[in-house]
Amino acid sequence: MSKCNGGKSADCGCNSETSTPVETARRWFLKSAAAFTTIALAPNVTLLAYAQEGGAQQPGQPRGEPVTAQKRWGLLIDLSKCAEGCEACVGACSRENGWKAEGHPRTDAQWIRKVNIKNRKSGVERSLPVMCQHCDSPPCVDVCPTGASFKRADGIVLVDKHICIGCRYCVMACPYQARSFIHEPVEDQKSYAPRGKGTVESCTLCVHRVDAGREPACVEACEAAGHKAMIFGDLNDPASEISQRIAQFPTHQIRADLRLDTGVRYQNL
Amino acid sequence: MMGAQSYIAGWAYVLLSAMLVSAWLAVPAYAQEGANPAGTRLAMAPKPARGQGDKCVAPTDWMRRNHMSVLTHQRDKTVHDGVRAGPFDLKGCISCHAVTGEDGKAVTVADPKHFCRTCHDYAAVKVDCFECHASRPVEGEQSSQLNTERDLAALADYLKGKSP
Repeated sequence: MSKCNGGKSADCGCNSETSTPVETARRWFLKSAAAFTTIALAPNVTLLAYAQEGGAQQPGQPRGEPVTAQKRWGLLIDLSKCAEGCEACVGACSRENGWKAEGHPRTDAQWIRKVNIKNRKSGVERSLPVMCQHCDSPPCVDVCPTGASFKRADGIVLVDKHICIGCRYCVMACPYQARSFIHEPVEDQKSYAPRGKGTVESCTLCVHRVDAGREPACVEACEAAGHKAMIFGDLNDPASEISQRIAQFPTHQIRADLRLDTGVRYQNL
Repeated sequence: MMGAQSYIAGWAYVLLSAMLVSAWLAVPAYAQEGANPAGTRLAMAPKPARGQGDKCVAPTDWMRRNHMSVLTHQRDKTVHDGVRAGPFDLKGCISCHAVTGEDGKAVTVADPKHFCRTCHDYAAVKVDCFECHASRPVEGEQSSQLNTERDLAALADYLKGKSP
């Protein structure tokens, strides 16, 4: 180790007053190196990455930013347009998310079902699709002992199957019987809709589609079937079609007496 | 005294030459072991399937040791925050490292040749991922490799501990 003598010697490591071409190059390198991030992953292994701000979501690109409470996703189902006997939404959900009847009607998974109701006095009949109502105060989240049942910031109620222990408290707590327990081993799941034996599941409002800027499969299927009974949108945005319809027409929440503030609303119930 | 010293020195020479000879004899044995894969420790080491791209989303050595942590981190961000862009998604590993079976389709985790199983069988570490997740790529879906600047920035933030 040679001692520094004020930048006069050639092998001196400190800064000198005069700028040599080598030093200019070195300064440029240090300046440009500030635009990079060098991370030591392990001894002798480094990784260079551009230290740039993550931009807004590009169309066709997967979502890069966390969801926020600015949006609250909801569904409005106009029962005057929902045809009795039509199960387009149920079939679309099953195909999209990979759940199907396993031959055990009492215990098979069912994310969405059609319910026919009739007023015995007046004889008025309605057919309505019932699924997870995506409550603002979800009882399934209250009772979950592990935190697996949770409400996402944008109002979608989900099950984190990684921490679900299959206790089925949420199945009991849900007033809409929207949750199912998987009893059978599952194979060849959809990559975007993982599901497996021993966990609870329910309608996810097609969260993988929502994160990609698309509508849930049931809404798309209802439109394709020519009914257009379902509208998906942001309940927090007064300009959205769903909010305008809710502001204009009387709509209902099922079991509104429980004051769960559901995200799924029904018109002409 | 001189006699004793030369006696010791003599034996030292004999020992040294014996060691050299044995070392020289051992060389062909090592070479033979390398050439003959059967029954050697090296041959028993797992050989996981290579990915389709030029390189993995992070250096291979680092991925061997840390893939479980980054997969768990990304899993929580995806499930709870809806962040679906990122280099460490299981779907990306599965589609990039898919192994084609005899029927021309990608093998599931039921096959010992499956990318994850090659090492996990060797290390006797059970993975639960595929009790829910698909263990082979779903047809018509693209692999997600680390190719955008945002992915790199997210990786950098995570490794620096800045990640939310």
